Amino acid sequence: MKPSRLARTGRSVLIPLITVLSAFVLAGLVMLVTGNHPLSSYGAIFDGTGLNWLFPWVTGQNRTIAAQDLQQTLVAAAPLVLTGLSVAFAFRVGLFNIGAQGQYTVASVIAVWIGTIWGGMNPVLHIVLAIVLAALIGAVWSALAGWLKANTGAHEVISTIMLNWVAIWVASYLFQEGGPLQGKQALGNPVSNTIAGNLHLPVIWGNPELQGLDVGVFLALIAAALYWAIIRRSTLGYEVRAVGHNPAAATASGMSVARSYIVTMAICGAFAGLAAGIDVFGWEFQVSSTTISTSEVGFLGIAVALLGRNTAIGTVAAALLFGALETGTAAINLNPSAINPELAPQLTLIIEGLVVLLVSTDLIAVRLLGLPRKVGWGRPQAVAAARRDTLAADDPALDPAEALRPEPGL
Amino acid sequence: MRTAVTDTTPVLDLRAITKKFGPVVANDRVDFDLHAGEVHALLGENGAGKSTLMSVLYGLYSPTSGEILVDGRPAKISSPNDAIALGIGMVHQHFMFIPVMTVTENIVLGNEPVKAGPTRPAGVLDRRTARLRVQELSDRYGLAVDPDARIEDVSVGMQQRVEILRALYRSARILVLDEPTAVLTAQEITELMAVLERLKADGTAIVFISHKLGEVLAIADRITVLRRGRAVGTVPRAGATEQSLARMVVGRDVIFRVHKEPAHPELPILTVEDLHARDDRDLEAVRGATLSVRAGEIVAVAGVEGNGQSELVQAITGIREPTSGRVEVDGIDITGRGVRAATAAGVAHITEDRHRVGLVLPFTLAENLALRRYRQPPLSRHGWLNLKAFRALAERLIDAFDVRGGGPETPASALSGGNQQKLCVAREIDSDPKLLVAHQPTRGLDVGAIEFVHSQLIDQRDAGKAVLLVSLESEEVRALADRILVIYEGKIVAEFSPEATDEQLGIAMTGGMVAAA
Repeated sequence: MKPSRLARTGRSVLIPLITVLSAFVLAGLVMLVTGNHPLSSYGAIFDGTGLNWLFPWVTGQNRTIAAQDLQQTLVAAAPLVLTGLSVAFAFRVGLFNIGAQGQYTVASVIAVWIGTIWGGMNPVLHIVLAIVLAALIGAVWSALAGWLKANTGAHEVISTIMLNWVAIWVASYLFQEGGPLQGKQALGNPVSNTIAGNLHLPVIWGNPELQGLDVGVFLALIAAALYWAIIRRSTLGYEVRAVGHNPAAATASGMSVARSYIVTMAICGAFAGLAAGIDVFGWEFQVSSTTISTSEVGFLGIAVALLGRNTAIGTVAAALLFGALETGTAAINLNPSAINPELAPQLTLIIEGLVVLLVSTDLIAVRLLGLPRKVGWGRPQAVAAARRDTLAADDPALDPAEALRPEPGL
Repeated sequence: MRTAVTDTTPVLDLRAITKKFGPVVANDRVDFDLHAGEVHALLGENGAGKSTLMSVLYGLYSPTSGEILVDGRPAKISSPNDAIALGIGMVHQHFMFIPVMTVTENIVLGNEPVKAGPTRPAGVLDRRTARLRVQELSDRYGLAVDPDARIEDVSVGMQQRVEILRALYRSARILVLDEPTAVLTAQEITELMAVLERLKADGTAIVFISHKLGEVLAIADRITVLRRGRAVGTVPRAGATEQSLARMVVGRDVIFRVHKEPAHPELPILTVEDLHARDDRDLEAVRGATLSVRAGEIVAVAGVEGNGQSELVQAITGIREPTSGRVEVDGIDITGRGVRAATAAGVAHITEDRHRVGLVLPFTLAENLALRRYRQPPLSRHGWLNLKAFRALAERLIDAFDVRGGGPETPASALSGGNQQKLCVAREIDSDPKLLVAHQPTRGLDVGAIEFVHSQLIDQRDAGKAVLLVSLESEEVRALADRILVIYEGKIVAEFSPEATDEQLGIAMTGGMVAAA
């Protein structure tokens, strides 16, 4: 029988939770082997994320520090929400956007460039214009990969990776010593000009001098809501999902698969570009060749989208987790008596890596718990698949591999 | 427990097999036995539980209860490997090959001859021996294959023979054929039947799964009918008729001949002139097809598969851009103007493959039913969907076309094949077309669903629509058509009345010269 909506929702929440927990347990084993105490280490990391601010018994000096940490976590999570949406949106049409990093990079360049010219402009207009242009250039950059896919069949995984490198190296060149966008005061450093103070995004919580929480986080949440609305409530999202599930059926219904690829990739790029916009105007204020080549926010978006199962809420939650991990394991936020500060950032990488690995295999959910495996990206369809096996096993559409697979849990 | 194996002991004996998927009972205490040198057909509608039963036998599912005896001894089959070890071979409906490997390599895969030879260390594939053994089996049973051809280059019929050879290569004594004729041409079906006779004479026991009454009557010694998971009876071929079997399959009498009043055709709706189109490999598939369909008539295009039918349909419905020629619907030129222009001109299209083209399986019924019209009010306005309207549309059509197995929010993948086709038919007919193009509208459907689709097509005709039916089933063509056009190598080569004989059609379909009927 058809599983209830509640049961399906429960399952789609349970599986990522189990995945994350398993990653934490495995990483805990690594800590144990290297002579650290997992529980106290995780305790220290948790305190480092600032999430302890949510508990009222944290008071006084600790509460001030916790608030600052939490602001950091949210500032780190906001762009991850956006790059996560960038990757997730592509998954919906059946594309794998590995190019969020490149889209983020070109948008960073445009954002900081616009932000450091036209000094006399109205500040509000200036910020809006710069962020819109950043999203736009991200969209164009990303649409290139969609266009290549639509017109030449070039695989988007390859083209987005190559576009990443083009973006990263061009950007590094622009800010390097003697590069066209190197700052006037940079003096030997590969850094851009700095965005003037009146163009910073307003800080809504905390001290602007200490990177308090800026309004960027709202932009990220609005984008997540927009993502949901586009996917679930717009004709565009309907087309994107149809093409993602079955391009032939979409074509037969008059949709253009090529157009879907290009439009989808453009929207993906706009999300990634927006991430760059809020980073540059929210807390970075300048861009350097070094940050360009060490930034991982676009790549982390892949893990965020995978863990969030390409849903808006899931992406926000996953971004929060990754943002918290990053903040919590930053050496300055840690209590050195509880955890070796050198181990902490490595631990983040271990946990992130495990999450991706576990999500992409769904290993835990399938093998240990006998839960149905999700088929394809997005919502779990295995229940339907199992039913299909039962009721229409003579159907020509049955994937042979699917038919050969024994039922989980038997 | 019997231990002595006598001639009367069945090689295979399934006893009271029950298989449940949650609350769904796919097999309910099914008994099925099989003797050496026998063809025992398993007949039933889509979703009756035939494939589930065989999946239990092949170790893909473990039964909820019941036992399996092989040669009179209880057998525990928990994986296909166990089944193979017991001499059970399965020929799947969907072949499982590695396309780039040769016929020989695919056959020996998993069980390769690898003994050391004079120029070859142990562990390396002994191609010569492999090839010899394949050739030997092929000659013995008349399963003509080219051992050195790559699988992706050979015909579907040959691929099926390779599947059979693969089972025989693993010393199968019990051969399960799952809907083996579904993918074959008439000629290939005849060849398959001859092969089965030879296997039978050699003592192989064969389970023949089908929902086609005619071929079951042609090949089976005994016939077991499954209906809704239960075995409703086992009958010998002698004395069985299509009518008696159909009654067992459906549970009621089935009218084979669709009732149809004479057509009253009016003005031409579809006009196709000298149409040319290329296929996916860029070869010319439609080579100057000319035809017309008038309002109030069913015109059938008959032909052997691969003579340009798919490309012709795609060119008419806007999916494929023709290279030259003209397609006009009710005076509007829609040549090469795409699906949306065709739909706007009044074309509806029941696609040949409901899974690959007709439906988006993970979509809900409501989403699938909206596929043609999601851009128009009330389903959407200014680019935003109205989900209430989606739901209302779905509820209306599910009710009107008696789609069973789910509501507006159920994924289409959860429906049985017949209900999925009802979904496609409902969507297309509801668009109130001027021209309804039905391409293989009953492929893979059981008798009950076929009856439904046929009566819908006739209703459309009687409502003054032009209906273009493209079908490989000559019986369907003759039952429905008011005029029959024969397509051969991308051209319409002959026109017949529905009274034409099979022979006349057959000659025309294979390119023979025809005296006009």
